[in-house]
Amino acid sequence: MAKVLLLQGNQACAEGAIAAGVTFFAGYPITPSTEIAEIMAKRLPEVGGKFIQMEDEIAGIGAIVGASLTGKKVLTATSGPGFSLKQEFIGYATIAEVPIVIANVQRVGPSTGQPTAPAQGDMMQARWGTHGDHPVIALTPASVPECFTLTIKAYELSEKYRMPVLLMLDEIIGHMREKIEIPDYDTIEKPVRKGPRVGPSEFKAYEPDSDGVPPMADFGTGYRYHVTGLVHDETGFPNGSPAATEKLLKRLHEKVERDIDKITMYEEYKLDDAEIAIVTYGGTARSAYAAIDMAREEGIKVGMFRLISVWPFPEKEIAQLAQKVKVIVVPELNYGQMVGEVKKAVEGKVPVKPMSKYDSEPISPKELLEFVKNL
Amino acid sequence: MEKLIEKYYRPRLPHIWCPGCGNGIVTSSIIKAIDKLGLDQDKTVIVSGIGCSSRASGYLNFDTVHSLHGRALPVATGIKLADPELNVIVITGDGDGTAIGGNHFIHTARRNINLTVILFNNNIYGMTGGQYSPLTPTDSKATTAPYGTLERAFDIAELAKAAGATYVARGTAFHANMLVDVIAKGISHDGFSLIEAVTQCPIYFGRQNKKGDASAMLKTQRDNAVTVEAAKKLSPEQLEGKFKIGVLHQSEAPEYTKQYQAIIDRAQKGAK
Repeated sequence: MAKVLLLQGNQACAEGAIAAGVTFFAGYPITPSTEIAEIMAKRLPEVGGKFIQMEDEIAGIGAIVGASLTGKKVLTATSGPGFSLKQEFIGYATIAEVPIVIANVQRVGPSTGQPTAPAQGDMMQARWGTHGDHPVIALTPASVPECFTLTIKAYELSEKYRMPVLLMLDEIIGHMREKIEIPDYDTIEKPVRKGPRVGPSEFKAYEPDSDGVPPMADFGTGYRYHVTGLVHDETGFPNGSPAATEKLLKRLHEKVERDIDKITMYEEYKLDDAEIAIVTYGGTARSAYAAIDMAREEGIKVGMFRLISVWPFPEKEIAQLAQKVKVIVVPELNYGQMVGEVKKAVEGKVPVKPMSKYDSEPISPKELLEFVKNL
Repeated sequence: MEKLIEKYYRPRLPHIWCPGCGNGIVTSSIIKAIDKLGLDQDKTVIVSGIGCSSRASGYLNFDTVHSLHGRALPVATGIKLADPELNVIVITGDGDGTAIGGNHFIHTARRNINLTVILFNNNIYGMTGGQYSPLTPTDSKATTAPYGTLERAFDIAELAKAAGATYVARGTAFHANMLVDVIAKGISHDGFSLIEAVTQCPIYFGRQNKKGDASAMLKTQRDNAVTVEAAKKLSPEQLEGKFKIGVLHQSEAPEYTKQYQAIIDRAQKGAK
């Protein structure tokens, strides 16, 4: 039976994980993400799953990497300082192709910063936080219901592409309470991992299908394969040759790049006749809806392009947007992060105006309206 | 009978270890222990970190994880808790396990999760060419201690015991048969087991510290190791400069994954 509830974003994220079939959570308490761990601690045993509070942030992500190898769907949750610590395992899960999902409820940084205040300052860390070249998939919910649906989506993507998927919440979304209609979990399609189609003797652990993604065997099922963070060939064993190195890095990127149109998600709000486009995401988008409605009442033709998937960045769609509007405004709770990506995609065709706010307060609809009026 | 090497080793020779390295002896002791116990090869997972000893996982024919530097224990914890039916064996070194992985080490011991950790102690960082580790004896030479090390070494067995490990043993590459025995006991033990395997690194520790070649270092292991039983009859003076081998500590405590299963059973009944 579907239920109508009043939930926090963090709660909806945890419930989305349960609905997607998550049976393992490992993490470390950190504001403002802690509710996710607390809820998973209560809920997972109820569904036969496992929760463990680890000794630190690194151990939290390390344990979910291990659990994922046994075939479980896994989650960890964190915020800025913890997100920094998790980067080495994000790189590991990328090169070893272990599906994991990480929720990062962003707060003001750098360092301990403002633990209870919202920010969107980890968007570039999401892209480039782990070392080396690597693809990234990151999603930014802008409402409590979307925390639920995008968490499920994160598992679909993570399992399909065998890689980490980042759920980039912010403190506004994580702690906001909204009405949410939750379907019966039995009616939700559980993302499925692609398993081997050959027996152990023919199995090459990292030999990709035509989609660039190798089928993945669960540990304990007789395939006896090797998982390493070293550059490896299709056998899974280390191979340091230039050819193997290039081949692996190319494949890791291309399995995402070739599907960018399938991965890309965005929402257009009153953009049809817009002369001004607001490009934003997450909690800041909430103020943008209101600011646009107020501006429209004053006859200002403004609309929003809301990024739902932020990485890979929808360059093509933003380039098309630049053909339609006269100016693009990018409000975000940081010193200017995604605005750089927007500029790159727009290639100077129209002015791109950052609206950065980094005083620990959200951008209010009125502030955004004033900004738009003063363009 | 199928040969151990054919059954348990992947055909991936040559290995990366230096001539005279003790890691091959310790690895073979692990295999002999697994064979002795008749563990299901398909239900046994080997997890390692980064370093010379941690490369062993790649040579062994099981589900294997060569994880991150210091992080074998969190990964192993995730595997074991997610699927307690798997036998999970961890291979780590003195640098991997007690420096960068030191926090994971004490907490995994404290949790008493059923993992068997074989810590290859060669007293040095070999992979990076001879830097001092937390198990390098005081006043040893290392490339990062050209004037000698100032720091005191951990007694890793005492540390594990103090942290809550319920099985602690030590063996050496010289006493290879005894090492098989203490590893097998550790695998059979229901809880967190640590086996410190003293091994020689003639190239990066031996050379800098004038310890002689591999055979000389093995003889030093022979001469300085005292069995737990023999040590009971010796005075502290007689034990000076010696180290104990055998089962150093064993106790009973609830095992983590079993305790967690009890929580699941309670939660599913709706009890709190």
